[in-house]
Amino acid sequence: MKTESQESISGANMARRSFLRYAGVGIAGAGLLATASCTKDHPIVTSNKGIDIGATGDLAILNYAYALEQLEAAFYTQVILTPYSGIPANELALLTAIRDHEILHREFFKAALGANAIPALTVDFSKIDFTSRAATLGAAKAFEDTGVTAYDGAGYLIGGAAYLTIAGQIVSVEARHAALISNLITPGSFAASDQVDANALNNSASIADVLKIANTYLKTKVSASNYSYVAA
Amino acid sequence: MNLFNILEEIEKFDPELGDRLNPRRAAIKNITSFGSKVALAAAPFALGTMLKKAYGATTPPTVVEILNYALTLEFLEGKFYANAVDKSGFIPASIHPYYQTIADDEAKHIEFLIAVIKSLGATPVTSPTFDFSAGGGTGTGPLGNTLYNDLGTFQKVAVAFEDTGVRAYKGQAANILANKSSVTPALYQTVLTAALSIHAVEARHASATRQLVGLTPWIISTTAKGNDTGVALVDGNYDGEQNTVQGGVDVTTLKSASGSTTSVAIATAAFDEILTMDQVLKLLVGTFIVA
Repeated sequence: MKTESQESISGANMARRSFLRYAGVGIAGAGLLATASCTKDHPIVTSNKGIDIGATGDLAILNYAYALEQLEAAFYTQVILTPYSGIPANELALLTAIRDHEILHREFFKAALGANAIPALTVDFSKIDFTSRAATLGAAKAFEDTGVTAYDGAGYLIGGAAYLTIAGQIVSVEARHAALISNLITPGSFAASDQVDANALNNSASIADVLKIANTYLKTKVSASNYSYVAA
Repeated sequence: MNLFNILEEIEKFDPELGDRLNPRRAAIKNITSFGSKVALAAAPFALGTMLKKAYGATTPPTVVEILNYALTLEFLEGKFYANAVDKSGFIPASIHPYYQTIADDEAKHIEFLIAVIKSLGATPVTSPTFDFSAGGGTGTGPLGNTLYNDLGTFQKVAVAFEDTGVRAYKGQAANILANKSSVTPALYQTVLTAALSIHAVEARHASATRQLVGLTPWIISTTAKGNDTGVALVDGNYDGEQNTVQGGVDVTTLKSASGSTTSVAIATAAFDEILTMDQVLKLLVGTFIVA
């Protein structure tokens, strides 16, 4: 459903973008990543292997967030289209609200990034049994927990104060979701040791670790070659 | 996160780091042992000093000032929950574990922040005096003696504290960023990530405390009012949550699952809002915190 927009991006500028991508990878391999990141250009690369969030900087981090929000929005859209059997009204209402938040996060990043946005991603939820409450909530927990660790882990890479604050405005909402989903699975597990460390800090994760997980749910693989991660 | 090792490593390479973070340290180092004792008594950022700074001048606050501010808020939350979970028979067994988890987390945040501040060569603030009647020390504030005698009151104040805590941490992210050029990249990453990570745990707490009183886990504001808790006393704690403009984009104009625009309810729930240090201290000092 999303292939048109990918094609439009991969049209005229494809040759130049591909060059930048491979140049970027080559330079990174030679240990001169800093040189590559000095460029003001922002190559968002598409290929038949997927897309890359581009040169280091705020646009890359915003596109990273946009990719994750696309994934979450698509997941909850499917949850509400095909709710698990016997879903209670209150759970349907809560999951519908989360869907609406994730769609707005997605639309916000799309609007904020404008022409710099990565294309719409094609998802692959074939591993999730949406008819099962346990499977659906388990996947929801994975998405929410991963989202929180992603924002917490990438905050320091953001250079603009306004962008950093907006990331904070979103991550706390993701954490609210995460706590709710955890409580729906196991009451009282809203800040359990699988997500919160011995100092009561939420876990955080690198772009590479997050994209590895995200890509298991994406047909359009997302890479961050300038942040040490290229999709397999 | 192994913060302490990171900080120790940084200090080995950059022994003056602590001085840049907290210029007072340099002054303390060069005085005699008699002087040291005086300095130790005077140097701690007593709350009054911190308040003066927060209300008054330095923009942005230093990393240490931000950490001490966070510590002050954690002292308040920690005491607030400890009083409740330790009072026999007050919180029913069915929900006691929720509040015990939160109380334990706040205690860990206190220990963590104290350790970080010390590792920077600075002095952690000591706990302020609290007035849980919200009377600023009179003991006869609007809550009277209900907080630990009426479960509903306690639970609603818990919601307000958590939602306020989330806003308070969020408000300091940009201030930590403003200190980026004066600290090492490793220290910057560590402090910002720690602040964001505590912030996320406070949001988990906020979600849980809201669920326990039958509120949605997220704040649903109206155009007219940020506060969705139904407790007018905490209107100020939620003021601003009704904002729908993010990064210059009015997000109610963006499409939603149901159409070409987004409701104010969804728009306000999907984005939490900040409170500045001044705003938070004005809400808490003279009410729960005795000035």
